[in-house]
Amino acid sequence: MHVGLTHYLVVSTILFCIGLYGVLTRRNAVAILMGIELMLNASNINLVAFNRYLAPGAVGGQTFALVIITLAACEAAVGLALVMAAYRSLETIHVDEINVMKW
Amino acid sequence: MGELAAFIILACVTLIPAVVVVTSGNIVRSALSLIPTFLGVTGLYILLHAEFVAGIQILIYAGAITVLILFVIMLTAGGTGTRIRQVNEQVPLGAMAAVWLGFLILLVIFRTRWPYTATPAPQYNVASIGTAFLTDYVLIFEVTSLVLLVSLIGAIIVARREE
Amino acid sequence: MLQYAWVIPVLPFIGFWWIIFAGRRAPGQGAYVAIGAMLGAALLSVAAFIEVLRGARYDASVVWATVLNRPIEVGYQVDPLTSVMLLVVTVVGSLIFIYSIGYMQGDLRYPRFFAYMSLFASSMLLLVLGNNFLTLYAGWELVGLCSYLLIGFWFERPAAARASMKAFVTTRVGDLFMFLGILLIFLQLGTLNFNEIFSGVETGRLAGGLLTLAAVLVFGGAVGKSAQVPLHVWLPDAMEGPTPVSALIHAATMVAAGVYLVARAYPLFFGTPGHEALTVVAYIGGITAIMAATIGVVQDDIKRVMAYSTISQLGYMMMGLGVLGFTAGVFHLMTHAFFKALLFLAAGSVIHAMHTNDIKQMGGLAKIMPITYVTMVIGALALAGIPPFAGFWSKDEILLEAYHYDQVLYALGAAGAFLTAFYIFRMIIYTFTGSLRSHPAHPHESPRVMTVPLVILAFFSTVIGLAGAPWWDNPFHHFVRFEGAEGAAFDFEFALRSTAIAGLGVLSALVVYHWRLVSAASLRRAFGPLYIAVVHKYYWDELYQYAVIRPVVWAARRLRTFDVYVVDGAVNAIGVVFVWFSRLYRVFDLYVVDGVVNLVAWTAKTMGGVLRYGQTGRPQNYLLIIALGVIALVVVGVIR
Repeated sequence: MHVGLTHYLVVSTILFCIGLYGVLTRRNAVAILMGIELMLNASNINLVAFNRYLAPGAVGGQTFALVIITLAACEAAVGLALVMAAYRSLETIHVDEINVMKW
Repeated sequence: MGELAAFIILACVTLIPAVVVVTSGNIVRSALSLIPTFLGVTGLYILLHAEFVAGIQILIYAGAITVLILFVIMLTAGGTGTRIRQVNEQVPLGAMAAVWLGFLILLVIFRTRWPYTATPAPQYNVASIGTAFLTDYVLIFEVTSLVLLVSLIGAIIVARREE
Repeated sequence: MLQYAWVIPVLPFIGFWWIIFAGRRAPGQGAYVAIGAMLGAALLSVAAFIEVLRGARYDASVVWATVLNRPIEVGYQVDPLTSVMLLVVTVVGSLIFIYSIGYMQGDLRYPRFFAYMSLFASSMLLLVLGNNFLTLYAGWELVGLCSYLLIGFWFERPAAARASMKAFVTTRVGDLFMFLGILLIFLQLGTLNFNEIFSGVETGRLAGGLLTLAAVLVFGGAVGKSAQVPLHVWLPDAMEGPTPVSALIHAATMVAAGVYLVARAYPLFFGTPGHEALTVVAYIGGITAIMAATIGVVQDDIKRVMAYSTISQLGYMMMGLGVLGFTAGVFHLMTHAFFKALLFLAAGSVIHAMHTNDIKQMGGLAKIMPITYVTMVIGALALAGIPPFAGFWSKDEILLEAYHYDQVLYALGAAGAFLTAFYIFRMIIYTFTGSLRSHPAHPHESPRVMTVPLVILAFFSTVIGLAGAPWWDNPFHHFVRFEGAEGAAFDFEFALRSTAIAGLGVLSALVVYHWRLVSAASLRRAFGPLYIAVVHKYYWDELYQYAVIRPVVWAARRLRTFDVYVVDGAVNAIGVVFVWFSRLYRVFDLYVVDGVVNLVAWTAKTMGGVLRYGQTGRPQNYLLIIALGVIALVVVGVIR
């Protein structure tokens, strides 16, 4: 049996859902960031797989994946800086305790 | 057959540590579990003949981001004890949502007829990606650079200790 | 130059506003402003007088409004009559203003006094300048207002407040008649301009009984303003005002406005069939002259003696006009203005020294106040009609005209002349001779600012009559005259008789009060009932009290009852109905309108209260909702 597009899509779906679960359930802001990284990785797998199987002559999918990797790095840097700042001022990195927006 | 075996192994290497990442009560273990996941994804890229992307994946994800996360965990030690509850009260709902979403996406994937093109796997090279970036996607490239710069400065300012 | 005559009334008018707004900060606390404006007006009046003497005349109008397609014009004119009046008002006015500096010194409302006086002067000048009934009427009412304000100037005193009201209301009765007369003329002729009215009378467009009615109605205004019988009752009470006011308004100028009105509207009276209206004028004047003179004999208040004297002299003027002595009436107006102002100011000087008006408490002031004494005697001689003082020439002329016109009127006039001489010297003797009867008083001569105007007025009172003397061809007669009422020529014999009558009056006063050859008490007994009637001023006030005031008050009380029970009742009934309506509306408001408003507010509040639980402030909750939303969307997409 050949490895096809569907295989990659299934893996990426599962990875995405695992990441989503992490984002929805973890209290630790750093852990939430990890979940987000997982979800970004899932989307990257999708992009590269589509590039490989649906438009093999072009490199659009790969360039898109590279851009997303860059943005993920940015997001990680800014997000972690925010975590640091929040930790310094609020003495916690648990998002359910950071609730100054609450009613 | 060798390709399928490699795929299954890589999928397992990717998904099993990912589950550890989101479930482990120890935040350091979670962070470290990210490394095999990223490496598994790298393997999948290689299977897809995207060697340059794979290289970048190792450099940035496995190298930079993981280290960054570990540093932050270290610096925010007060919030990362194993005795502290790591999950919030919406675990059942979140799990349900994740499972249902996954189910639905899979359903969509299997119901969709993908327009395959029967082309043998092409040999990608870095030169064609670079050419694409500096011709067709130059605007995206520039904007991305700008975003990178802004986030760099922003991160420095946000994380800087208040004078 | 006469076209600039409008500046004359404007100057005091500006002075009025200046003083009203600047108050004590105005130069001399307002006195210098008023005097400056008045002197300016006097200079202009003299200039205008000289122009008129040379033969210049001026008459101009502008259309002010249009009523019933009839243009109503306002304008001013300068002719001999006007120029004489301008001269009298401004010259006498200036002197009285200067005198007021001394008399009103230290008064609480010193600037206001000068403001009112300036307004009065302005109004009076407007009155005499007008070439139509509208302008004249405006000035007429304005001087009435000023009279009211100045009589009641010391309104803290109830008597002054009452007197001002009495003066205003009484003159208003006359003004009503005058207004009706003017309306009648306007309806008949469609114009208010004097010259047009007079030509209308000449051409017969207004003639017969209607003309007589109009003339008599207009004369009604003059009766009120000039305090003729039967509307004379206000003038004696008006003496409650400050003495300069009495001198300016109630002796020299405003009360003479009635005479001026008759003189100005003379063709109106002259044109009536058989001079009917003039006969009315003459008899009213004659009766007033004798009646006021008799009352003057028994008055003890120095100013009231003057007041009755003024009424009497105004009667003479009216009589003079009425007996076709146009020139004589106007001439007496002019001379009277000077010598009566002099007498009033001298009386003011006495009052200033004595702080009382009662001549029985005075006496022996001749030595203490020589200037006042001398000037007052000059004024008294002028009033009595002793040659060569001013009053003689004018009064003699009036008597001469009356003699040729109607013997009855002449008899009244001659008796009045005798009484005039009698009462004025009675007052002089009481005031200045003998010894001081009020011991606490410490009289003194008045300051120079008061005596200098006295001297100037005394000078005028001496010489002004010579303008009507026969030796220089009687210049006044050639200046102010009316075709058809030229009057009789000077009669030397007649003049001697007039002088004899006046001299007899003076002599009688000396006999009774100075030498005391006949006691006053025995005279009183001799005249018995007449004396009582005179003391009670012929019961005019009582008559009005019973005939007018009581019925009016009674009617007012009845009307008040009607008001309270019927009009107020109706109003209150409407009010009650509306209160009940509003109670109903209140219920509607409370439960329906407010209910709806509250429901809206309550709904918003409740929804907010429920929905706020969705805003947890926790991003993960939101993310979960997003995820569920995505699931829902995908489900929808799959099902389709």
